[in-house]
Amino acid sequence: MQIYLPIAEVSVNAFLLLGLGGMVGFLSGMFGVGGGFLITPLLLFIGISPAVAVATGANQVVASSVSGFLAHLRRKTVDIRMGTVLLVAGLAGSLLGIGVFNALRQAGQAGLVVQLSYVLFLGLIGGLMFQESLRALTRARRGAPPRRRIRPWVHGLPLKMKFRTSGLYISVIPPAGIGLLVGFLAAIMGVGGGFIMIPAMIYLLGMPTKVVVGTSLYQIIFVTAFATVMHAVTNQSVDMLLAVMLIAGGVVGAQVGAIVGLRLKAEQLRILLAVMVLAVAGKIAFDLVVRPAEPFSLLDAGGV
Amino acid sequence: MAAVLALLLLLALPAVAAGAAAETVVPGLSQSRVAITTNFDGSEILIFGAIRRDAPPPAGPPPDVVVTVEGPSFPVTVWRKSRRFGIWMNTGAVRVTEAPAFYAVATTGPLETILSATEDLRHSVSIPKAIRAVGTAATEDSPDYLEALIRLRSAANLYQMLEGGVSLTGDALIEASVTLPANLSEGLFTVRILLLREGSVVDSATRTIDVQKVGIERFLFRLAHAEPLAYGVLALVLAIAAGWAASEGFRRLRG
Repeated sequence: MQIYLPIAEVSVNAFLLLGLGGMVGFLSGMFGVGGGFLITPLLLFIGISPAVAVATGANQVVASSVSGFLAHLRRKTVDIRMGTVLLVAGLAGSLLGIGVFNALRQAGQAGLVVQLSYVLFLGLIGGLMFQESLRALTRARRGAPPRRRIRPWVHGLPLKMKFRTSGLYISVIPPAGIGLLVGFLAAIMGVGGGFIMIPAMIYLLGMPTKVVVGTSLYQIIFVTAFATVMHAVTNQSVDMLLAVMLIAGGVVGAQVGAIVGLRLKAEQLRILLAVMVLAVAGKIAFDLVVRPAEPFSLLDAGGV
Repeated sequence: MAAVLALLLLLALPAVAAGAAAETVVPGLSQSRVAITTNFDGSEILIFGAIRRDAPPPAGPPPDVVVTVEGPSFPVTVWRKSRRFGIWMNTGAVRVTEAPAFYAVATTGPLETILSATEDLRHSVSIPKAIRAVGTAATEDSPDYLEALIRLRSAANLYQMLEGGVSLTGDALIEASVTLPANLSEGLFTVRILLLREGSVVDSATRTIDVQKVGIERFLFRLAHAEPLAYGVLALVLAIAAGWAASEGFRRLRG
């Protein structure tokens, strides 16, 4: 069954979109990430233009994060205070990102920058996560307790604040910096930034793992919501019909994924996620260095 | 503006031609509008016409007929990738000020033999002429970019060359069919029927087809452009409601 997308102006198979949404939702429910880093490249792959893919990806992440956030809120595993600090910085970063994205699109480099950011950040995060979870696996096998590390320089900074849910008393500068970066990436890559936020919260801020996912989702909702509205206003590139199809598949997939995720060990989950992140980064890097079959591309003035 | 002028010119042509030649074209279409609905998967347009003669047909071979279908024109930028620092990136661009979003040419025979080069230039019939006619910023390698534009749009079925796609029955009845692809932009499409003898256009006639998004497609497209803020907020509300509904639904399901 073909479905015509009014903003993307292409006709795509409806079941393909539901399936894509479902698959990404399944993975995001399993790993506790928004799944934006998968949906945007997949949309590009099926022939949706970068502008529509990024904006609609952000819209889809809103739905999957709301679904996950509510589950965490019931379990009281959300640090609202920390989330709000990340959020305020995130919105500023997002505003900056939209401006940069528009300038790049005019210069014909939006596609390249989206691809490069994917390779860089997914490669970096995937690599770190893979290394870390391998170490954790061997440690678990030896029976040693996991260490909780906090970078000493974090404690030297001014503007300290108490975060009760996380059990932390630290400066607001590191979380604000992380929020800014994630907001910027959310706008440019059409992602929520959970794959950056989660490791940063654990390893840089030293937050307890159980509040990390909920807090990350809390801030992602607002940053991606803001990015969606900003893309809609400045680029008119949010395709609501496309988003609805992805969301319908995604919300169901996410809940199934969450159930499956409960049956796996945390270290195994992290290794799987790392492998997946590295695979996406590898595929995009491959496309950048291999001679394209068609060196020419068209940018319609219509905006999409 | 150029399109309107061209249209006026073409409408004026038959009157002039009728005085000179004994043959005129009477056009017809299977439909005067195409609705892009949610399940739009392309559309076939039947173009038919008749050759009217005041005198018996001239001796010799039958006339040739060319049918063109042209969508609205928009500016388009063609980018070329080349290798820089080991990666492939957009390095060169040519901005085409006006290129039809859709263009199909159907003929009774090979276009080069039935239409002379000067007549092609004057009436902008072949695909390269339809783009070129409205001008580009000229650089030394701009032909490469124009070729790429035609190649990419041909691959997407947006530019079609249908040699032999027009059938002429009994020297008088013209019939052609053009398939509009699924990835169509809306706007006013112009259908032209050109009657040719010995490489020259002896008469032509035009009709228009209104291609419009309808229903939810129209609503969303209009809203996105006219009320972008409201559209963005609506997209958000939908996403939040879907996320909430899924969370609630599965919580109840699990008890």
